[in-house]
Amino acid sequence: MEEKSIAGVNITLNEEGYLTDPEQWNEDVAKEIALEEEIELSDKHFEVLNYLREQFLAGESLSIRKVGNAGIVNIKELYQLFPGGPLKKSSRIAGIPKPASCV
Amino acid sequence: MKKLLILGGGTAGTMMANKFRKVMDREEWEITIVDKHRTHYYQPGFLFIPFGIYNRNDVIKPKGDFFPSGVNVIYSDIDRIEGEKNVVHLDGGKLLHYDFLIIATGAETRPDQTPGLNEGLWRKKIFDFYTIEGAVALHNFFKDWQGGKLVMAISEIPYKCPVAPIEFVCLADDYFTKKGIRDKVEISLVTPMSGAFTKPIATKMLSELLKEKNINVVPDFYIEKIDNEKQSIVSYDEMEVPFDVLTIVPVNMGSEMIERSGLAGDLNFIPTDKETLQSKKFENIFVIGDAADIPTSKAGSVAHFAGEILFENLLNAVEGRPLTAKFDGHANCYIETGFGKGALIDFNYDTEPLPGTFPLPGIGPFGLLKNTKVNHYGKIMFRWIYWHILLKGKEMPIEADMTFAGKRVPYKQ
Ligand SMILES: Cc1cc2nc3c(=O)[nH]c(=O)nc-3n(C[C@H](O)[C@H](O)[C@H](O)COP(=O)(O)OP(=O)(O)OC[C@H]3O[C@@H](n4cnc5c(N)ncnc54)[C@H](O)[C@@H]3O)c2cc1C
Repeated sequence: MEEKSIAGVNITLNEEGYLTDPEQWNEDVAKEIALEEEIELSDKHFEVLNYLREQFLAGESLSIRKVGNAGIVNIKELYQLFPGGPLKKSSRIAGIPKPASCV
Repeated sequence: MKKLLILGGGTAGTMMANKFRKVMDREEWEITIVDKHRTHYYQPGFLFIPFGIYNRNDVIKPKGDFFPSGVNVIYSDIDRIEGEKNVVHLDGGKLLHYDFLIIATGAETRPDQTPGLNEGLWRKKIFDFYTIEGAVALHNFFKDWQGGKLVMAISEIPYKCPVAPIEFVCLADDYFTKKGIRDKVEISLVTPMSGAFTKPIATKMLSELLKEKNINVVPDFYIEKIDNEKQSIVSYDEMEVPFDVLTIVPVNMGSEMIERSGLAGDLNFIPTDKETLQSKKFENIFVIGDAADIPTSKAGSVAHFAGEILFENLLNAVEGRPLTAKFDGHANCYIETGFGKGALIDFNYDTEPLPGTFPLPGIGPFGLLKNTKVNHYGKIMFRWIYWHILLKGKEMPIEADMTFAGKRVPYKQ
């Protein structure tokens, strides 16, 4: 665990750099974390991030396929928005825990 | 007469029929089980077929042999469940009413979900071992194969028995070594996960094992399509892995019947309370086995542990009591690692697989997260246990809840 000031907010991060409290998140925090991942956030990015947060806060589990079927972007576009590990990166930027692969 | 209806007579459904027939009064409760097939497949045995260790006859028995007397058995396709009316529609229009329903229709492989998968090379150079037909076809292919690139790929998470692809590559290493052509076979494991397994300590142990065996792991690879012409698998971020023979775990999904019933979540798995095993939509529907969307392995051992919880809770529900039994996600998997050895992992929703001994602390005989000969016998014994104890819904000398006894938490690095 680590305390850090991001976009002027005191934020607690776990060992892997994920927010431990999704309530500490705001859009400026997202922008700053995104820069660490070398991503500049567009409106499309925020649509995805807001969807992820909604789902997480409603207790739903997330998968790349599910995000790709949500009617915001397809899986290919999701990869373009968040190159590398789309769900891992987008979750970190959305201020929610790293998605657990349930196996 | 009150009616308990069980959909699916595979591992979990058969187990539940046996458990409930034993305790439910025959004058009071009618129990019915429905399945579309008459043959019961021992699916864990499919893994051994490509390597000629088991053949078809080692893994099939008539389903009817495992249903207890006093249970109505119907062999039919299920069309849909109408939860609001407590009724199930079978193919052909027959209706079945229920007071309580248990859904145990499992997961099936869906090669149609990946573009290019069931086209030209399917069952010629592309195989799955998650079906009997695929496993037998791969065995015939391997018999005369002279070597090249062997790729084992996982399409989507979750899939049944998360360790099976690791076991497959280990057994392939063993098989081609004994055939004398291991130096001509390049083996890779391609996975959408970040490593060989999801949980860190087990991943470390398994990655080291695979490295020792000269098996290459390609992580974070999410398959978009199969290029039949180039003989390669292509990811969404446009990476490619070429193959001479591809063994694939196709996308796993719940039955389409679940979708027709309006009960489907992601990939047609059923939204289920992970502790009580009750459907999130209807109070008199319980879900067990691979059909449920609970965040643990899709495995026979999980169905066994969950079965004890569902059993208690359904009886609670019948009596109008609160659902006090809570499932902890307990999974226990033997991992066949080749050359007569095996590893064992034991974990639940909250605790990742840890090293130690099982089931007796300090004694074993099985070593957790260790590669030993005894663990291999555990896997071999599992087939006997499956047919004689698990399906019959009998007690096993292992608790439903995971225990920490005998486990060690290694230092975090
Ligand atoms: C290759 C492989 C290796 C495995 N290895 C292991 C292992 O080592 N250890 C372990 O614990 N587990 C292992 N498993 C997993 C284990 O086999 C499954 O988790 C287990 O069988 C799940 O039981 P189930 O009852 O949920 O589903 P199933 O046993 O698959 O039963 C589902 C039943 O429902 C029926 N059905 C489905 N839809 C309909 C419909 N619409 N109408 C009528 N009937 C329908 C089907 O015919 C089937 O009989 C392995 C699986 C595979 C494929």
